[in-house]
Amino acid sequence: MEITAIYYLVPALIMFCCGVYGFITRKNMIAMLISLELMLNAVDINFAVFNRFLWPGQLEGMFFTLFAIAIAAAETALAIAIIINIFRAAKNIDVRSLNEMKF
Amino acid sequence: MDVTVPILILAIPLFMFLLLGLTGMKMSHKLAGTLGTLGMGTVLVLAYVTAFTYFFGGAPEFIDAAGNRLQYLVFDQTWLAFTQNLVIKIGFLLDPISAMMLVVITTISFMVHLYSLGYMRDHHGVYEHGFQRFYAFLSLFSFSMLGLVVAPNIFQMYIFWELVGASSYLLIGFYYRKPSAVSASKKAFIVTRFADLGFLIGILVLSYYTGTFNFTDFTSSAVAGMEGVTQVNIHTAEGILNIFQSSPAPMFMGASVLTWALVLIFMGGMGKSAMLPLHIWLPDAMEGPTPVSALIHAATMVVAGVYLVARLFPLYLMEESALMIITVVGALTALYAAMVACTQVDIKRVLAFSTISQIAFMMVSLGVARMDIHHGLGYMASMFHLFTHAMFKALLFLGAGALIHAIGSNDYTDMHGLRKYMPITHITFLIGCLAIAGIIPFSGFFSKDEILSSCLGNSTIAYVWMSAVAGLTAFYMFRLYYLIFWWKEHKVHEGHHAPHDQPWVMSLPLIILAVISCVAGFIPFGNLVSWNGVPYDFMAHFNWSVAAVSLVVAIAGIALATVMYRKENELPAKFKNAVPALWRWCHHRFYWDELYMFITHRIIFGCICRPLAWFDRHIIDGTMDSFATITNKASDAIKPLQSGQVQMYVWYYLIGALALGGITYICLL
Repeated sequence: MEITAIYYLVPALIMFCCGVYGFITRKNMIAMLISLELMLNAVDINFAVFNRFLWPGQLEGMFFTLFAIAIAAAETALAIAIIINIFRAAKNIDVRSLNEMKF
Repeated sequence: MDVTVPILILAIPLFMFLLLGLTGMKMSHKLAGTLGTLGMGTVLVLAYVTAFTYFFGGAPEFIDAAGNRLQYLVFDQTWLAFTQNLVIKIGFLLDPISAMMLVVITTISFMVHLYSLGYMRDHHGVYEHGFQRFYAFLSLFSFSMLGLVVAPNIFQMYIFWELVGASSYLLIGFYYRKPSAVSASKKAFIVTRFADLGFLIGILVLSYYTGTFNFTDFTSSAVAGMEGVTQVNIHTAEGILNIFQSSPAPMFMGASVLTWALVLIFMGGMGKSAMLPLHIWLPDAMEGPTPVSALIHAATMVVAGVYLVARLFPLYLMEESALMIITVVGALTALYAAMVACTQVDIKRVLAFSTISQIAFMMVSLGVARMDIHHGLGYMASMFHLFTHAMFKALLFLGAGALIHAIGSNDYTDMHGLRKYMPITHITFLIGCLAIAGIIPFSGFFSKDEILSSCLGNSTIAYVWMSAVAGLTAFYMFRLYYLIFWWKEHKVHEGHHAPHDQPWVMSLPLIILAVISCVAGFIPFGNLVSWNGVPYDFMAHFNWSVAAVSLVVAIAGIALATVMYRKENELPAKFKNAVPALWRWCHHRFYWDELYMFITHRIIFGCICRPLAWFDRHIIDGTMDSFATITNKASDAIKPLQSGQVQMYVWYYLIGALALGGITYICLL
């Protein structure tokens, strides 16, 4: 059985949809952050897969993946810092209770 | 002629206005008053020098070899050049009437400046509130009036015409804490502005058809078109006459455009000179300080209408119908105002109506003047009467001011029997009354007699009518005189000191004006002022029978007044009860004010303004309001979408992105 691109793309799609579902439904901000990471990683897989199967001799897709991982790490650190500050101010990290910024 | 002096005549009052207006409140009252008076004194000297040079200097630019007086442009600078033809200039025109007006204005203005130093403070020497402002406005008025009379083109005249209106408004409303003064100033401004609308349209029509604003062009070319008449000067504007005499002549609603232009311009004069039916502002204008009434509403500004007609007189001569209108309006106004003056209680109102009546005399005099009647005697008589009237009416007003200052009331019912208490005022007021009544040898006799001679030359009806009004004038002036100074003993109230004569700054102007009123009649006016500049000896046209008749009429009027008002008696009350309707109508000024109130409030406000206001408030405002309301409601409806729930926003984003993707997919299929 030959392993084609679709074998990688379908799990990546499932991962992405799980990420979206989690981002919308989870009320804990840490959980939302994890869902966000899930979406990012799904996209990273897509980059690597398309690079491997469409332009095998080149490395741009791979570099993008590595960049996205580095940026995701930095972004997670930032997001965690924000969440910790919110917790200090509001004593919880439930996203439903953080509705000050409205009409 | 050197331009320095004429420029200074205009510049000094303007500078004084700016100086006193901007820095007056920082000065002491005394300094501001002295500065204003000194400035006006300088202008007085300069104006006298200018007028003297013009009349007696004998320079070739002022008088030609045959002895005819010429119009001379001292300077004429382009101010605004809209197009090559439409150029507005500011200049200084010296001719007999402007030189005469320079003398009149500066004399009266200086007297009033001097007089106000005493009048505008109370018995304890405390100055009125706004004393400096008063002098600033007086300077502004003097500047505007001087600019008006020397204007060499009708546009400059219009500018200064509005400026005198504005300064009159400011001075009537000087006591701006008094509601009656405020409403009087508004009334004066609105009524004269309404008349000036006609004036402006007249200017536009006239200059559209003639292509010029200059008086010299209008008058000289009009004169040049008449055969056998000495040309006034060498300026000519070709083709002006051709326009009016071209066939078919431009017509509008059955009258030539020249007639329309002249009548509309006369309408401006009617407003300023308080002719029927635009006279209603002048009696109310007496709310201003009395020196202002003397300066603006008796001697100078209100004769601007007469001056305007005199300026354009050669044009008016071409239009019989326009002159006819002037005569009729003047004659009706003269009689009306004289009748009303017989029944007023407020002494300033009596003088105001007397002013209206006397200005109407001048208007009639212009209206009946023709070049074939005693060489246009009416024109000269009108200007002569303007001159003498300015002097004696200013005298009467300043006298009335002295009385009001001493008594603290405007009504003669509070005066009576003042002759022993205020001898200087008594004598000078009597001289003024004699002058206005037309008793020889006081100045009014000569000028009024010229007017009556001129009327007789034109039509007997005008002569009889105006003689009757002259008799009435003598009657109401002496009624006023007797009620103030005789009638019964003056009652000095408990705790008040007896009334007494005024300080010298107030007496001096009275005495000077009284002297002028005694001798001004002997000025050989015909040698100085005539409609075409040709001097003549008016004594040659002096009609002794007319003089005798008018003297008899005047004496009859005075005698009647003496019988009725010298001592307290029942005759006035009997007379009042004999003709109650007539008396009531006169006392209420023939209900003109009520008529105006009816027209403005009921008809204009009620029938036109109120529906328009409704339309504005409901239709126009309503449309705009509904736009706002709809926007407001819509934003209210959609604002809950911004709930502050981040995950809701993600939902919206996701649905939107999916929808866009779906639409794109469908479109690409």
